[in-house]
Amino acid sequence: MSLLELKNVSKIYGELHALDHVSLNVEKGEWVAIMGPSGSGKSTMMNIIGCMDKPTEGEVLLDGMDLAKESAKSLTTIRRDKIGLIFQQFHLVSYLTALENVMVAQYYHSIPDEKEAMEALERVGLADRAKHLPSQLSGGEQQRVCVARALINYPEIILADEPTGNLDEANEEIVVELFRKLHEEGTTLIVVTHDPEVAEVAQRTLVLRNGRLDHETINENFTGHIKLN
Amino acid sequence: MKKRKMYFRMITASLMRRRSRMLVALLAIMIGATILSGLVTIYYDVPRQMGAQFRSYGANMIFMAAEEDFTEQDVEQGLSYIHAEELVGVAPYRYESVRIHERSIMAAGTDMEGAKKSSPFWSVSGEWPSQSGELMVGAGVAETFRLRVGDKVTVTYTPETEQEEAALDDTLDFTVTGILDTGGSEEEYIYMSLEDMEELTGQDTVLDICELSISTDSDSLSDYAAQISEHVPGINARLVKRVTQSETTVLGKLQALVLLVTIVVLALTMICVATTMTAVVAERRKEIGLRKALGASNGSIIMEFMGEGLMLGGIGGLLGSVLGFVFAQAVSVSVFNSSISFRVLLLPVTVIVSVIVTGVACLLPIRSATNVDPALVLKGE
Repeated sequence: MSLLELKNVSKIYGELHALDHVSLNVEKGEWVAIMGPSGSGKSTMMNIIGCMDKPTEGEVLLDGMDLAKESAKSLTTIRRDKIGLIFQQFHLVSYLTALENVMVAQYYHSIPDEKEAMEALERVGLADRAKHLPSQLSGGEQQRVCVARALINYPEIILADEPTGNLDEANEEIVVELFRKLHEEGTTLIVVTHDPEVAEVAQRTLVLRNGRLDHETINENFTGHIKLN
Repeated sequence: MKKRKMYFRMITASLMRRRSRMLVALLAIMIGATILSGLVTIYYDVPRQMGAQFRSYGANMIFMAAEEDFTEQDVEQGLSYIHAEELVGVAPYRYESVRIHERSIMAAGTDMEGAKKSSPFWSVSGEWPSQSGELMVGAGVAETFRLRVGDKVTVTYTPETEQEEAALDDTLDFTVTGILDTGGSEEEYIYMSLEDMEELTGQDTVLDICELSISTDSDSLSDYAAQISEHVPGINARLVKRVTQSETTVLGKLQALVLLVTIVVLALTMICVATTMTAVVAERRKEIGLRKALGASNGSIIMEFMGEGLMLGGIGGLLGSVLGFVFAQAVSVSVFNSSISFRVLLLPVTVIVSVIVTGVACLLPIRSATNVDPALVLKGE
């Protein structure tokens, strides 16, 4: 059974079909990139997979649970327990330190553990920046804190929305390298990106257009390493 | 780390590291708490302060004889029903008809110190009598007999029956030490000590009236009067309604005014805090969305914002209660010319009221915070 399964999923806003009968399977431990132009339905798909929205039609099965049938409260619990989110705009709490930002995710999930949060920061190479506020960190560092926060609760899936959209090439490489390590450890990754270079490092790339799945590319030479021009 | 510790770490960080925004809310709460604490202090202190002021208008209770006359022992018994700290002055009076230069006038024997306290509006030229043989004369008497301070005068007691006359040494020499000016009927009397009156009349002291100045509210005064009249057989205690009624009226109006201002200030504080918290929620919509995206329930969001609000309320209330005392002290010194004591109970009361007011003010903004869509953080705004 796939970890994530979308069966004929549609999301309709009035006349607009943001998603139009999309079907998709993501296996456990897989690294999938989703690409597409603006308005293609990427964000809508992210919201649905991230348990922040429900489809108008179809089934969304995550670990066997049909998300379309779950209540808002239950979706919050599923999101908390199974999904790690990484955002383009980082979205760190401005008045909390890097360490505290990681601990916030623990706080909502279970019990905050400062040592474990510190280890997560070490994994992303930011142990020495743990006591810094987001405003004292570079964009790349903020995104790495975001990665540490996403992985701290050992989620089933890490859902990254344009994770390198606001980063320079050096930081883009660092973040992709972190994804590669997570993938090696067996974490399932779904990365929405505009950047073909970031998409190419994934095992599989899905391209959305006008709310439909336009085509799918398998990376035969998958290494997980980014090849920058 | 326990969840509770992380909770306090988060709300403390929010308050400490977002000082400029939180300072506005804190200032609003602190000013509200200051005025609340100050006005409540004044509210409770006004009766004492105004009471002291009103005491300058003279006695507010009189003891009269239940039958013919009463004694100093009866007065002592009556006073035992009154709280000692409320008793400003007690002036027992015995009136007798006497003669000066063969003209009849009324003489009052009294305790000069007590009269001084119960009738502070009496204006005396010279000195109050302080020892035996000294006399204070009313301005009317002084004019009639052309008496001045330092003059010697012989007072003759006029007995009512032949039998009494035979038994008396009926004259006594006095030195006029002071001339009393009140603008009232008191100016037609002469005043001597009760001991001199006793010596002049040759009779043990019995009293015609006793004036009391008591610093308390009209309800307590009525209670005292009722108890004394009931339990002291020789005395009929009555209130001087002219004084007690005006005191009650003025106090009532002042306290109503203070209460009204307090309510208005609390309402304004609530509006100010609600406005600030609404702004806080609006500017933190993304943070709320993020927290919800990370798995925060609505209950957690409410707890966090309410925690911040209540902590602000507590700090504002604490600072306000101290500043309120300073405010009340300044008002008391400038208006009543006397200081007030710090009411310890007001500290927790002000903090609790501030916390409640802040909590109520936070309800609507926090409710709107729970409506924030977590998908907001994925829109890349």
